[in-house]
Amino acid sequence: MRQIRLFRLSCLVAAIITTSSAFATESSSAPPYFEWKVENFAINEPLGGLPGDAKRGRAIAGNQSRGNCLACHLLPIPEEPFFGNLGPPLTGIGSRQAIGMIRLHVVDQSRFNPETVMPGYYRTPAQLNRVAKQLKGKTWLNAQEIEDVVAYLASLK
Amino acid sequence: MKTLILIHFLISVLALTTAYAQQPLSGFDYLMQEMQEMQLDDFGNPGMLTVDAGEILFSTPGENGKSCASCHGDDGSKLDIKNIASYPVYSADLKKPLTLRAQILLCQDERIGSPALKHSSEQALQLEAFVRRLALGETVKVDVSGEMTPYYEAGKKLFHTRWGQVDIACHQCHVYHAGRTFRGQTLSQGQSNGFPGYRYTEGKAVSSPERISGCLANLRAEPYASDSEEYINLEVYMNARGNGLKIETPGIRY
Repeated sequence: MRQIRLFRLSCLVAAIITTSSAFATESSSAPPYFEWKVENFAINEPLGGLPGDAKRGRAIAGNQSRGNCLACHLLPIPEEPFFGNLGPPLTGIGSRQAIGMIRLHVVDQSRFNPETVMPGYYRTPAQLNRVAKQLKGKTWLNAQEIEDVVAYLASLK
Repeated sequence: MKTLILIHFLISVLALTTAYAQQPLSGFDYLMQEMQEMQLDDFGNPGMLTVDAGEILFSTPGENGKSCASCHGDDGSKLDIKNIASYPVYSADLKKPLTLRAQILLCQDERIGSPALKHSSEQALQLEAFVRRLALGETVKVDVSGEMTPYYEAGKKLFHTRWGQVDIACHQCHVYHAGRTFRGQTLSQGQSNGFPGYRYTEGKAVSSPERISGCLANLRAEPYASDSEEYINLEVYMNARGNGLKIETPGIRY
């Protein structure tokens, strides 16, 4: 009986520690915004120098609540139904465009085409108008996610 | 590089002019056939429940024993359907445009003596749907001359304003890309002639401002209040933009 009580107590303590540390990481995990520079329609330096992971990038591109690239583009992700056709097909984009150009398109397509319908996934938050309160000052994807998606798109040859 | 930019510019101008030259098309024309049939069938159209609820409210007496039907006829037969199709209209008393819903609420407030309905309430939507339905098949004809012009221009500006984290303006989807597919949905021209209508993706009846709020939420932007100046101006612009279309209330839309 005493052991059970001890076990319960330790569970409770563990739960408190994990939740509080989760909150701590939540507040401190607001990722920093890295400045980027456009040269000749490309961003050649990875955001914050972060390395991208194509496998994670594929998951973000196919996820409706993260990148949701499929809403507008055709991509070789056969397990997801319904592709949109607002944007061009991206199959083989890695052999058509340099990685720096792909990065600019994902970060802020409006720097390439001012009338674009494509969201800027890492557009400077201060340039946005009437953003929902809970999203103020945030970019859609964080720098790591951008690099992952860029790595995935560059791998489509 | 300069020639490249010039060519790019010329292509964009060409695309813009052709896009803007297009005729207004009802959202009905972008629906799949099953949905079109459902809309045309009064018993199959779920928006008719809202219209029917509005019909009951229309003849429900207020505190002074009068109802809308006391003046406008039992089934609204004494209402001028051409007038219904011309809303929003300019009110000289209020010195601003009056939307159909605002007009109904004003009328209720002044003549029935019931406690005023909230602009965003379900009953206000039902009454608006019933009254707009009376003008089924009538041609939308909003007059934007004279005092209405500044409101029309303000609405037009809002329609071309980028919003939210997604940073897209209405016209970018509903003018440039109407007819293309966004995931499984076909983008329409965003015309308001089917509203108040039934929104399939939400499973409920919505008015045009509520639908705009839905769009703004998708754009990760902060929606406005349903009776805000912005939505009034947008309704003036959007209804006038659809001048010539037939009223379809309750239209079924995605």
